Amino acid sequence: MSSELKNASRRGFIKGSLMMIPAVTVGGGVSLTAAAAEPPANLDDYQPTFFDADEWRFILAACDRLIPSDGEGPGALETNVPIFIDQQMEGKFGHAADWYMKGPFHPGVSPLFGYQSPLAPREVYRKGIAATGRYCQDNHGKGFAALDVDTQTQILTQLEKGEIEFDDVSSGQFFAFLLQNTKEGYFADPIHGGNKHMASWKFIGFPGARASYLEWVEQHNKAYPLGPVSLTGERG
Amino acid sequence: MAKTNPHVDVVLIGLGWTNSIMGMEMTDEGLSVLALERGPDQDTVPDFAYPKMADELTYGVRYQLMQRPAKNTLTVRHGVRDLAVPYRSLGSFLPGNGVGGAGTHWNGHTWRPQPQELRLKSYVEETFGADTIPEEMAIQDFGVSYDELEPHFDFFEKVAGIAGKAGNLNGEIQEGGNPFEGWRSDEYPMPPMKRTLNDTLFRDMATEQGLHPFPMPAANASEAYTNPYGMQLAPCNYCGFCERYGCLNYSKSSPQTCVLGALKQRKNFAYRANCEVMKVNLASDGKTATGVSYIDENGDEVIQPADLVIMGAYSLHNVHLLLLSGIGKPYDPISGEGVVGKNYAYQMNGGATLYFKDKEFNPFIGAGANAEVLNDFGVEQIDFGQAGFIGGSYFSAAMTNGQPIRNMPLPKGAPSWGAQWKQAVQETYGHTMTIGSHGSNMSYRDCYLDLDPTYTDDHGRPLMRMTFNWKDNDVRMTQFMKQKIDILSKALKPDDYKLSFKDFNSQYDVRPYQTTHNVGGAIMGTDPTSSVLNRYLQTWDVHNVFVMGASAFPQNIQYNPTGLVGGLTYWAAKAIREQYLPNPGPLVQA
Repeated sequence: MSSELKNASRRGFIKGSLMMIPAVTVGGGVSLTAAAAEPPANLDDYQPTFFDADEWRFILAACDRLIPSDGEGPGALETNVPIFIDQQMEGKFGHAADWYMKGPFHPGVSPLFGYQSPLAPREVYRKGIAATGRYCQDNHGKGFAALDVDTQTQILTQLEKGEIEFDDVSSGQFFAFLLQNTKEGYFADPIHGGNKHMASWKFIGFPGARASYLEWVEQHNKAYPLGPVSLTGERG
Repeated sequence: MAKTNPHVDVVLIGLGWTNSIMGMEMTDEGLSVLALERGPDQDTVPDFAYPKMADELTYGVRYQLMQRPAKNTLTVRHGVRDLAVPYRSLGSFLPGNGVGGAGTHWNGHTWRPQPQELRLKSYVEETFGADTIPEEMAIQDFGVSYDELEPHFDFFEKVAGIAGKAGNLNGEIQEGGNPFEGWRSDEYPMPPMKRTLNDTLFRDMATEQGLHPFPMPAANASEAYTNPYGMQLAPCNYCGFCERYGCLNYSKSSPQTCVLGALKQRKNFAYRANCEVMKVNLASDGKTATGVSYIDENGDEVIQPADLVIMGAYSLHNVHLLLLSGIGKPYDPISGEGVVGKNYAYQMNGGATLYFKDKEFNPFIGAGANAEVLNDFGVEQIDFGQAGFIGGSYFSAAMTNGQPIRNMPLPKGAPSWGAQWKQAVQETYGHTMTIGSHGSNMSYRDCYLDLDPTYTDDHGRPLMRMTFNWKDNDVRMTQFMKQKIDILSKALKPDDYKLSFKDFNSQYDVRPYQTTHNVGGAIMGTDPTSSVLNRYLQTWDVHNVFVMGASAFPQNIQYNPTGLVGGLTYWAAKAIREQYLPNPGPLVQA
């Protein structure tokens, strides 16, 4: 019963790999070749794609509180973290494109069961920023970005602990996305829009995309001497 | 109307480790073999080529190589009376997607089970008495012995190219290996990997404590290697991008690096990616399969006739497909009747994070299976009667990667944001190591898989529903390990350390990553009333359907599953070749 099979896999292979490429680039909102030629954006000149002007002021101020420039090491603003977040909103993450988003939804179940909201992350941001803005106006008479640093810190702490509640979005979930994405933008490869000039990697001593250490494995208890490289070949 | 393809002798569902092996074994017999893979095709070049892989956000955080819940997921609940809700975004476990499956994105910890684990129920009854087994516990024997599997473990280790040190060669205990392991007919094909600082600290401390440390059996090549199929591995360069990534260096054992390059050259083998099997088709009497139905890359339904169907999808997907195909009686936890979905189990893990102000660990210099290990608290070492639990664990000091988004352990009390967080990050990064406990998980009457009554996948099929929670027996096991790891942590004299183990209030949490060792649901055994598969991984009810993978485990072993999965696959292949093909029918009479 043996027979030679007509091999459809070759065609499938080529199709399959072509299909992979947009998936990778859409995921990051960037393409390897385009970013290689361009220096990182200047945050002051950046025009956000997803966030409007009010929302952008909130993102800038909140990122500055979450990873401030105080003390040693760069802050979220010097490393273009807000640009990273804006780009993530337009990619697969912002749209929850990979997540199971069919109902029925039971957002009241225990948090142990993970994400159970019908809102994609970009909708959580939009509603969360608007609700935080209303809270700041009602209780402090101005928008979040116009408040002093201590009050901003206090409000973010209350969001984190769920002490401020909103009607149309979970304040805790909103804060969790904001913090998660801020740290991602800080530590991810600069190809994704943040970590400008690999400043966070230089700060902690992570060599980035070097990915080759055979000669260093057995050199124990000595700080690795080389600076980072990025996916596009930038050296720091 | 569905299109019907020309007949093939064997159709393989999924193209990861198990069905890559089955492809070699079945084509050796001269059979025509077609593999259908749900996900995309992928290979070292171009998909895993440097520098693309060295991208933590895309692969480590956004799970580029993993199953998309949007296409197919399952629902989860803690108890039989609870509402199950979908596992909407990935967390606790990460089924792979595409050619190579989980064998592409794993770390490469490659263990054989302890001989006792394969006959756990009998071992417990004979050694400690039947009343040691709690009422609700559902452990069983695998129905196959270590001695029967030994040649197949050995061959899988040679195909995968495992780096390690034998501890028991034909009954002779070997210096530097695991003295408690089952006997081995041969040394590992490669010497152990190089040691990192955490390895040597742990090894020296453990030796002083009178314990028996040894290097992790690693599916990361320690030198240039050619396997029995002529596939070549290159020495690992400790790139620090292993788990969740495809290997950029031809060093991690995977279906791509160890099998598929050879298999694809065979003229009687073909595979189609982006083809998702909907169900196994049965003859009108329900006793044989006629082939499978699948949705092809264009979204069209195709009927694929075949004489033999071998399921080698991820363990959870094998069970889902059995339920959707009506093969075997679904398990009912109330009556205790039925078998498909029965005995789902997971893995009970815990660990310590140790901070050393003045030590430089360079955590980004690491490999998936670079670790120093102890087996002194394994299943076979513990007096279950005295300890008050059934189970065991191995401990490891591993240094897999230092990718900073996910691997930023901070001291107790450090804030999660703000200027003090930044300061803690600077002070801590590169100065920590871990000791992990990787423990068994028993099976229970109310931990099982069935079809969800509400939610559907993108083809409109019911999702599978997982009912699972932690049980006191396994919490007692991990609390026992916590005491041991506390002692070992103190002995290393860190500046600070913290322990993270489940306690008696712990409920299963789908959010943090724990492990992709989901087992059971299509279990093997000796009796059709208590198992889905016989000892050759053949379904009791439909003799030309075989099911590979960890879905066959009646409970989870203390080790990572791949070594046992590989051994069982070669064991089943031998039975198919030598017994089934000459005389197709049930290999064990019910």
